[in-house]
Amino acid sequence: MSASIKSPLKSPLKSYEFRRERESSWHELEDMVARAEKRGLKSLPAEELLRLPTLYRATLSSLSVARSISLDQNVLNYLESLCARAYFQVYGARASLWEGIVTFLTHGFPAAVRATLRPNLLAALWMVLGGVIGFLLVQANGDWYYTFVGGDMAGGRSPAASTEYLRDGLYDGTDTAAEMLYVFATYLFSHNAGIGIFAFALGFALGIPTVLLLFYNGLTLGAFLALYDSRGLTWDLVGWLSVHGTTEIFAIVLCGGGGLVLAGAIIFPDRETRLESLARRGRTAGTLIMGAVLMLFVAGLLEGFARQLVTEISARYLIGGLMLAFWLSYFTLGGREQPGDPGRRHDDD
Amino acid sequence: MTTTDATATTAAPEDKARNRSERRLLTPEGVPLIFQLAERGERAAAVLIDLVIMYLGIATLVLALVFGLGWVGISGVVVGLVILISFLIRSFYFIYFELRWQGQTPGKRLLGIRVIDRKGGYLRPDAVFARNLLREVELFLPMTLLFSPSEGSGGWVNLLTLVWVGLFLLLPFFNKDRLRAGDLVAGTWVISAPKALLLPDVAAGAARAPVRQGNTGAADPELPFTRSQLEIYGIYELQTLEEVLRQQGPQSAETRGEVAKRIQHKIAWTGDTDVDAERFLKAFYAALRAHLESRMLFGERRENKFSGKPPANGNGKGKS
Repeated sequence: MSASIKSPLKSPLKSYEFRRERESSWHELEDMVARAEKRGLKSLPAEELLRLPTLYRATLSSLSVARSISLDQNVLNYLESLCARAYFQVYGARASLWEGIVTFLTHGFPAAVRATLRPNLLAALWMVLGGVIGFLLVQANGDWYYTFVGGDMAGGRSPAASTEYLRDGLYDGTDTAAEMLYVFATYLFSHNAGIGIFAFALGFALGIPTVLLLFYNGLTLGAFLALYDSRGLTWDLVGWLSVHGTTEIFAIVLCGGGGLVLAGAIIFPDRETRLESLARRGRTAGTLIMGAVLMLFVAGLLEGFARQLVTEISARYLIGGLMLAFWLSYFTLGGREQPGDPGRRHDDD
Repeated sequence: MTTTDATATTAAPEDKARNRSERRLLTPEGVPLIFQLAERGERAAAVLIDLVIMYLGIATLVLALVFGLGWVGISGVVVGLVILISFLIRSFYFIYFELRWQGQTPGKRLLGIRVIDRKGGYLRPDAVFARNLLREVELFLPMTLLFSPSEGSGGWVNLLTLVWVGLFLLLPFFNKDRLRAGDLVAGTWVISAPKALLLPDVAAGAARAPVRQGNTGAADPELPFTRSQLEIYGIYELQTLEEVLRQQGPQSAETRGEVAKRIQHKIAWTGDTDVDAERFLKAFYAALRAHLESRMLFGERRENKFSGKPPANGNGKGKS
């Protein structure tokens, strides 16, 4: 070995030469990246945009070489940081926000619903179970109603109220004056969406709070149904509920399903590690919840406006039925073909 | 390249801490990039900044709406809009910025940290959705619990909620990747991405002094070092010397003088001891770097002065 180094004292610093030759292209890349970070990639002129990947690759290879030949800490740190910054620009999310929304609606959301079919059905099952139990209990003993339905939620609709009062509540839209409909709709939306996101996020705690939340929701619904059923108002209530309920309950079930996806990923990680399974399935669940929040927005509009303005029972059934048909066909048919995804789908390999 | 694990035992303490928070990502080009995980404190600070910006934004919008539309007298619309806008800002502030700024929010940008995909792919929208939707239980639930007095619920319930909330809040302290629940679900890391500046090469100074040598970065010929003198130190010492030479400030000259004396003593310097400390150190730095780099080309990486001297006793770490 000593023969190969003729004279360590006089050998020129290779790393110094190396740096001098490439420095200008590093600076060029740094300048480009700095502008892209500040004003977005789109602010770069076309010819620079074409040069960016080339410069990035050249700098990355500089880094690779520098690691093996250079001991200049500053150069190494600089290249490390510059390559990372360029990497984020080159492999950053390329779709614009608008394109992202379109892809989400045409592909991401329906595909996520289909991919999480079983947890969604499970969530629905818990809700139905709660509904049946709530119905039967209240039917057997009216006092249960007060346990399941909170005072603020009931709004005077209790077993003590007269049948006329209950019927008027369904058809008058008296709870809200016409001008307050905006408030009502937006309040309903943010309230329900909050609960939906919550049901999802609680899935992280092994899904137990999610299940409880779904079950409790079912109990409330069942209790309502039992109360109106005892007055012979079943079909009127179902019509009243169906206007927004087909959308809203569907969305809440999806939120619960998303929570159960998280729980499932932790409890049954299959062949992956828990970390990997959570990371992979959690993202699908995230898409699911974003869609569900959107559905809740639609439900809020329906509940705030359509339900108060449309008082004809057949029209209510029509709206509710059409919405249900729409969601079902959207989820079964939407986004079947793969989108032309520009990014690397690394978790599919 | 670096044998980080092998050297961890002999490296200085700060190096150990550095290695522990170091994460690698393989780029599609096949070159691994090394990132430092963001400190928990940095992340907390970033969140606090974001929360302040967020609530200030909500407050301004609400005030603007109340004063802008309130005069017209359509209070129903105003209340509706206020509810809607606060909800949208609260739920989508983080999502919006992390999508638009590629994993950064205003707070993260100020702190120089960002969210990246743990596998090195691009940060996909679904990951951004998932990690930020979980803030509902990680961040907003504890906040509402803190700021709203519990109504009639017993101490038991309070204790349970506290434990439960604490579990979420402290999750980043319980794993080595400092993941919060949202990061777990989205498969992301939060890393610090500082901007490093390219400073002049320290060896260039030594190269410039003797004109006849040309600007090649070679050692100062008037201060020759023997091979055995150059074999005393390793890469760690070289890079510490680089830091000393880059130091600026009132004490830097003094430090350099001391370091020069220590080195002269250690390597049994027989030459001129009155030589300018900075010139001596630069010359020694250039010579040492040339020596270590040429050894590195032969596959011998000497991490520090404690690692073996390959030619002498043969227990070096290199492949040769």
